[in-house]
Amino acid sequence: MKQLFSISSFLAVKEIWRNRGRFLLVSLVIGLITLLVLFIAALGEGLGNGNREYISKLDGELIVYQAKSDSLIQASRIGLDRLETLRDVAGVADAAALGTSSATLILPSNEETLKVAMLGVEPKHVGEPVISAGHQLGGGNVDEVLIDSNTAIRSGLKIGDKLVIRVTQGTEDVFFTLPIVGITDGQQYSLQPSIFVPFNTWDRIRPKSEAEVNISNPVANVFLVKLDDPGIVEETRLAINANVENVEAVTISEAIRALPGYSAQQSTLNTQGGFTLFIGILVIGGFFQIQILQKVSQIGVLKAIGTSNPIVAMAAVIQIIVITVVGVAMGGLLTFLFSLFFPPTVPIVFNGTTSAIALVALLLIGPMGGLVSIRYAVRIEPLKALGLSS
Amino acid sequence: MPINALETKSVVKTYQLDAGTIYAVNEVSLNVAAGEFVALVGPSGSGKTTMLSMLAALLKPSSGLILLDGQDLAGMDEVNRVAMRREKIGFTFQANNLVPYLSAVENVELMLRLNNRLDKAGRLRARELLARLGLAERMNNLPGQMSGGQQQRVAIARALIHNPSLVLADEPTASLDTERAYQVVETFAGLIHEQKRAGIMVTHDLRMCEYVDRVLQMQDGILVKVYAGHKEIMSMIRGNHTG
Repeated sequence: MKQLFSISSFLAVKEIWRNRGRFLLVSLVIGLITLLVLFIAALGEGLGNGNREYISKLDGELIVYQAKSDSLIQASRIGLDRLETLRDVAGVADAAALGTSSATLILPSNEETLKVAMLGVEPKHVGEPVISAGHQLGGGNVDEVLIDSNTAIRSGLKIGDKLVIRVTQGTEDVFFTLPIVGITDGQQYSLQPSIFVPFNTWDRIRPKSEAEVNISNPVANVFLVKLDDPGIVEETRLAINANVENVEAVTISEAIRALPGYSAQQSTLNTQGGFTLFIGILVIGGFFQIQILQKVSQIGVLKAIGTSNPIVAMAAVIQIIVITVVGVAMGGLLTFLFSLFFPPTVPIVFNGTTSAIALVALLLIGPMGGLVSIRYAVRIEPLKALGLSS
Repeated sequence: MPINALETKSVVKTYQLDAGTIYAVNEVSLNVAAGEFVALVGPSGSGKTTMLSMLAALLKPSSGLILLDGQDLAGMDEVNRVAMRREKIGFTFQANNLVPYLSAVENVELMLRLNNRLDKAGRLRARELLARLGLAERMNNLPGQMSGGQQQRVAIARALIHNPSLVLADEPTASLDTERAYQVVETFAGLIHEQKRAGIMVTHDLRMCEYVDRVLQMQDGILVKVYAGHKEIMSMIRGNHTG
């Protein structure tokens, strides 16, 4: 086995080195495919993250929607009167209202605005994100705001600054000023950076129709639920559906899949990534097949002088692996360099797991693409290759 | 009495065609002793290339025995035949002889690598052999940087470096001019005699038989005549040239 590897790696490396221009070109093509695949993966992660980040980071296990709202947060409306009933369901440790809306931040320069998701959460309950700097919201009725890191980066606002929001209530644009008391990590919602205010404050400052302006009857979009034991999700979900009138509880993962456009967006990007990998397999397969066809007589000579099929096959495999590894490394480096120049507004997130899966897939496409050519090389008959057959 | 390195007994190779059975080689028995250089000649289609392929363990005969150092190539499976090609046989071809991405010395050393015998002494021997063949200045050149004659000499070194029992050459002078062709065959013959190998050369060019010990003439798959001794061989060469 040692000798097999020694001879095949000698042949493989010598051929690569003495034809390094040609092989480098193929590695470069693999590098560009790697760049494309990693960017598609990062874009998928970035867009998916922008859609689900707040939901996926929730310190809870269930989201309770209005029944028949198709698990659409914007379409769901639940009166707060059912919150106490929900908190009494066995297995529920905590439950809180969540209100969602959009708002426009007036940036300090007064010339630019920033669209954000304005979320009404109940302080010290499930749904209020943990701050990374500053302090949590002070209470249910305070005029304070937490901003996520994306809002902070894009707006330039910091703790202690006054945040000015413009919303439309009735037919008029109304401005509210709130002090920033804390910054959380990334908590994007609906592809927008986010700000968090106490639920009652949210209900007061959110965009309202003409009919809602003078009515104070707070209605949440959904309730967020934290369980005593995360292991009994299904039982508690059924208990909530049975005990709380006109609601439907779903798990966090189901809620993410139901986010508007989320599944379609992810499947589109995954398909793009898959096709790119497939193209990579064809490119590598095509290159090695052409190369084998060009050196049929050379392989014939090797076999005629006593080189065994395992050596021929192993040499081809080593070449494919070296070319692929070099290509993927070049692509990874290119991706890293490009990523340094992307502004924070571009939804690209290089998640370790996603990138690792993409890299492993890319490393596998080399051997997969080369399988046909390896099979062809092994089947070359020296007699025919050398023109000795009658 | 010289020991036969190679011995064939009633070797037959047939092919089945729509028109019937074709006898490419028919009942050929021959032997070649260690240190003997033999030419296999005959017109196209006479069966000499098929015979060479069977002697090289690249093709199995339909019947008969091919004994190389007493081992029957005809009865061996593919794995053992590959091992025989690697260990006991040296081979040079008409063209495309060398591995193009290996230098001259690497091409020669390749046989030692394949046989797991590449050590310091082996490396030295490869260099000495190439130097003897007039390639001292060309050892690190790639085949593409050498002339056809130089490539053939590298192939000869590769065919001999691992001390095979049998050395086969298929039209080694086909792509060379007359002067180079004589040089290559003379060197080849000299090394075969000196190193006591059994050598067989297939050639169309009867002038090259000047350096061999015997000439085996084939026609229609049958061994029809044997010329032995320098005088008889030279007479055969002159006879063919005068017409």
